[in-house]
Amino acid sequence: MSLDIELARRVGTRDICARIKTDSRIAGLVGPSGAGKTTILNMIAGLVRPDSGHVQIDDVVLFDSAQKIDLPAYRRGCGYVFQEARLFPHLRVRANLLYGRRDRRKRDVDGIAEMLGIGHLLQRWPATLSGGEAQRVAIGRTLLSNPRLLLLDEPLSSLDGERRTDLLALILRIHQSTAIPILYVSHDLRELDTLDADVISLADRR
Amino acid sequence: MMAPLSVDEWTIIGLSLRISIAAVILMLPIALGLAWTLARYRFPGKMLLDAIVHLPLVLPPVVTGWLLLLLFGQNGPIGHWLSHWFGISLLFRWTGAALAAAIMAMPLMVRVIRLAIESIDPRLEQAALTLGAPPLRSFLTISLPLAFPGLVAGMILGFARCMGEFGATITFVSNIPGETETIPIAIYAAMQTPGSEMLVARLVLISVILSIGALIIAEYLTRRMADRRRIDVARY
Repeated sequence: MSLDIELARRVGTRDICARIKTDSRIAGLVGPSGAGKTTILNMIAGLVRPDSGHVQIDDVVLFDSAQKIDLPAYRRGCGYVFQEARLFPHLRVRANLLYGRRDRRKRDVDGIAEMLGIGHLLQRWPATLSGGEAQRVAIGRTLLSNPRLLLLDEPLSSLDGERRTDLLALILRIHQSTAIPILYVSHDLRELDTLDADVISLADRR
Repeated sequence: MMAPLSVDEWTIIGLSLRISIAAVILMLPIALGLAWTLARYRFPGKMLLDAIVHLPLVLPPVVTGWLLLLLFGQNGPIGHWLSHWFGISLLFRWTGAALAAAIMAMPLMVRVIRLAIESIDPRLEQAALTLGAPPLRSFLTISLPLAFPGLVAGMILGFARCMGEFGATITFVSNIPGETETIPIAIYAAMQTPGSEMLVARLVLISVILSIGALIIAEYLTRRMADRRRIDVARY
């Protein structure tokens, strides 16, 4: 796969810019807090509109300010795992997992649940899950939406030591067992080392 | 005092219920739209819209009734249009009473529904979008169910407000037994008639029971909503 992203947006008095061009199946975006990493993911996912730029995954153009292409977020197919799980509180885990499921490629819910180790949680309400469990469900929900790109925004940030190692191993397994390209945001280079990601640094341009 | 209700009393109560239910059903989509707009969007004139929505709360009800008369009377811009194109007149009709009640209930309903919408984390809607749900689906499957207790609370409070509506109604549609004579108007009319103390007392009792019931249900639903929000905050 190839990612070709160039984005710029002015937020208040500072400019958030990113240039990501990689052929690696897993890329890591690093930068200090406040450099705008999350804003960049939001722009790629279509949740925030860039002032200018270009977002292309393989030969699919999601956004291009010059050509006036701007696919709405729900048509971009960017699976987004946020820092917080953002599970829907009024739906059980199973319904959360199925929310974005697309049928054109039938993926087995039970298979995904097993890989993520959440098979025993399917009937639970999100409010009863621990942070790690909730994050796994969020990852499962995103995978089942059959994304063309997986955006992970510091998915380990709300977890403690052992849970972090577990989840990182899980992300590595997802990377190895699926063909979905991953853009992984972190401020910890060791995580990206473990994933063997192509590292892209975001300069702080305040 | 404890004798069964007479036919006339049933008519008054039935009419009050019919008017209030019609008013709430009429106002619900409008209040939902207004509450959504005020909770989620920033636009020029937002403060003005907010003020207009709250106007019936602060204006003397008789003024609201008079304004309705002006707009919906035979020669009023909307009244003329309605009667010309649809042959509908709201004047001195129970439908007019329902319109007056709906307008008077609007600020209360919008406030409660707006609070419910503001308590929904907009980031959940973003998550739904990235999962491929178009805005309408994310609204129907995420936002609306989460706002539902607030919606019901708003409807019940609005209903209670409609049951108590007096000033705008009597100004706009007058007091016509069987057509616009609701419980409060009937109480007022009975108070003007010597020897009707028992009727007044009975209608007052019914009014108190209906209002307290509505308040208790609304309070219960609002609490449930607050509980759910606390869980959300703890989780995210």
